[in-house]
Amino acid sequence: MTDKVRYFTDWEGKSLEQIFHLARDLVEDPSYPTVAKWRENGGTVLGHFQVYFPEEIAHAAGMLPVKIRGAQSDGAESESRFGSYLCSIIKTSLDIALTKDIELDLFVTHPICDAARNLGAIWDRNFDYKGQILYLPQNPNSKFAQEYLGHEYHRMMRDIEATSGNSISKEAVKNSITLYNKSRALMRELYDIRNQTPWLIGADDSLVLMSLAGFLPREEFNEFLETVLEMIRARPVKKQDKMRVVFEGGFCETPPIDLLQTVARSCYVVDDDLFIGLRYILGDVPVEGDPIDSLAHAYLENSTYSPVQHDLRKPKEKMLLERIKNAKAEAVILACAKMCEPGLEEQVAYSKELDEEHIPYFISEFEENQTTFDHLSIQLETFVENIMFD
Amino acid sequence: MAIREVSQEAIKKPVHAANLAGDNDIVGRGVREGADLFRSWFNELSTVAENGGGAAYVFVLGSMNEVLKTFDMPVSFPEVNALQTAIRRVSRDYLNEAEDYGFSPDICGYVKADVAMQLAGGKHPMGTIPKPSIAVLTNACNTYIKWAEIWERLHKVPTFTMDIPGTRCFADKSQPGSDDFKFEAKYVLGQVKELIELCEQVNGFKFDIDKFREILGYANRMSDRWDKIIRLNANNPAMFNALTDGTVYLGMANGFRGSKEGAEYFDRLYEEMLYRAENDVGIRLKGENGPVEMDQQFRLAFVGVPCYPIFSGFNKMFTDWGGVFVTSSYLWFASGGTCSGFQYDLNNPLESFAEGQLLMVREAMDSMFNQAFAMEQAVEDFALDGVVYHPIKSCRTVSTGLADQRRYVVEKLGLSTLFFESDLIDPQVVSEAQMKNRADAFFEGLISRRQQAGV
Repeated sequence: MTDKVRYFTDWEGKSLEQIFHLARDLVEDPSYPTVAKWRENGGTVLGHFQVYFPEEIAHAAGMLPVKIRGAQSDGAESESRFGSYLCSIIKTSLDIALTKDIELDLFVTHPICDAARNLGAIWDRNFDYKGQILYLPQNPNSKFAQEYLGHEYHRMMRDIEATSGNSISKEAVKNSITLYNKSRALMRELYDIRNQTPWLIGADDSLVLMSLAGFLPREEFNEFLETVLEMIRARPVKKQDKMRVVFEGGFCETPPIDLLQTVARSCYVVDDDLFIGLRYILGDVPVEGDPIDSLAHAYLENSTYSPVQHDLRKPKEKMLLERIKNAKAEAVILACAKMCEPGLEEQVAYSKELDEEHIPYFISEFEENQTTFDHLSIQLETFVENIMFD
Repeated sequence: MAIREVSQEAIKKPVHAANLAGDNDIVGRGVREGADLFRSWFNELSTVAENGGGAAYVFVLGSMNEVLKTFDMPVSFPEVNALQTAIRRVSRDYLNEAEDYGFSPDICGYVKADVAMQLAGGKHPMGTIPKPSIAVLTNACNTYIKWAEIWERLHKVPTFTMDIPGTRCFADKSQPGSDDFKFEAKYVLGQVKELIELCEQVNGFKFDIDKFREILGYANRMSDRWDKIIRLNANNPAMFNALTDGTVYLGMANGFRGSKEGAEYFDRLYEEMLYRAENDVGIRLKGENGPVEMDQQFRLAFVGVPCYPIFSGFNKMFTDWGGVFVTSSYLWFASGGTCSGFQYDLNNPLESFAEGQLLMVREAMDSMFNQAFAMEQAVEDFALDGVVYHPIKSCRTVSTGLADQRRYVVEKLGLSTLFFESDLIDPQVVSEAQMKNRADAFFEGLISRRQQAGV
């Protein structure tokens, strides 16, 4: 098996700045070299599209769960499979699979939006391995949802076992839950640092670190993040007079790292919803009892929010207000990926609520492969100045 | 308010005249009676609105009409309301209003037309649409969920999402009797009971299982005839145009599901189709001196959503060349899968309703995401010459997978295809001249192909 091998080691002994640089290179490499190496070592890979996937189940079978989250790719290969009016992440995700930049053994998408739901069937028609949908419940308010989700996870488990060739014991799932609990705790620490001392790490570098969790073996990621968090805390950086903002709208397609760098020049981004799926479950998942039931329960009862989950207990505009309050933010960047229908619809609700609460916000659209940010930079600076000198 | 008025005369005018009456009143009866019922439905909604009443807002992909009709709730289909704004040529007015309110040009036009209508107090070209008393939706289209959230915010209305697990992977979808199917059906049944409880709260009276049974009986009759009617169009000549006439029938299948009028309408429509099949009465077009029999040269399937801003003009691009849409994926999915002919077990109404919804709504979803596989059968059953794909800007549910499915159909089935994009209600995204050029080229290709084959 491949679990003793480490796949990203260049960072060892380097300065924090060098680590961020190396990590970014790896994150932006559409050929996923560490995933390729995992496969060369005989490992199998489960690709799961944004937003949330119970990675613990794949991990318990010895598979490498990889978050499929678009890529820096021109989308040329996938162009003939799609029409015009689509977000970029859908196209580039398929593109890197068609070009074999990333090779999978199983692909799973979710009913997060109308485009993503189509991806399962498209994948299934284009590859000789299985492409499918994990039907996370869209009625989390039903008292039957948890039982259903438990069954759905068990159904998924059968496919994972068949693909990996390994049966999944309860003990293995519990061990994986423990590992992922630790990972989520470390991620919370990272976000705590951003909340308490945002001058120590920007949203751009934070996104790079979080992205690694999407494709490195989680044991290795935890070890890496634990070390890096210590280095961040010890960073000799002085606080600047910058406005605290929340960045909302990167729950699926994420903005280019350079865009976040542009934002970081004017503001401290003290919270965001980037890769929210990795942090969807808010606390530790209990390892007592049936672990699959625990995962199902955590998804429904102990999770955050996103525009692609409808839950009557979590009106999204109210949840955003809570995020702003917890972050002690003065303003919000309401971003959205181009052509992302749930995100664009939510922008309206968010902006109306923020108007009512008199919280300033800046509306913007982005694309993962966008390369110019001058216009955004000027607009953002003007926005910040207007608030700071108001 | 910048939304223009539509004259009552224009509303009474049929939106198309593809099936004109001839020597016998039975021919074209379905379209005429459908148009009458449609107007009466909207008149009733207007009366409800004028009296300050509310309607259940539902969607075509799993309306749960059978439950709602048991509570005598008037139903309003926002998709149908929205498409009517395009048919009546005022959709841009509505879209402008919603975009001014803050909605992006890149989201579903149906949603925006509805938002504008809500903001205008229900003002609609066909009358006035009541406010919602409840909104019931399925997950068959994710936009439904976002749409209902808008009503929650605007009207503080209770909403219910009926979550129907769809096909995970087409090759191994759960089959009735299997363990996977049982847990899915159990989940749906639980939600059906929860929906009933909510309806009891909203209406203030108890659910009547016997009335429900009666309504399921009407739905059974409709489903049975609807399935047969669609299959009958395999006849040559085809008796109805699946794009134009089919859309009228579809309106009835949705709005009148579970009602006596709906069941009777489909009885009579089936009778018409049988008559036409037996007497070789095909599709009739408007001629200079009255109706003329269409010369049906090419049998086509339509895949996608109609182009409502140029509804008749779009069809004419095809009929001018002798092309007739003998079947359409729109009829399959936009009737919520009811065209599969599923029959409820009246002795076991709740369980059977849940199982039926699971199968039918899943069928509707497959007609969008996996329709390429159904096309294999359709090619054979309907003797197709080609497939026309019409993906639209507004709807990712229907459109995202169409290019890939077209590849499948071309590569595996060797069919001629036409693929052109526009929109379902936004006239600014419809380039009629360009579309006509593409349609002309498609038919030239079909003719050339036929000549080469020596047919």
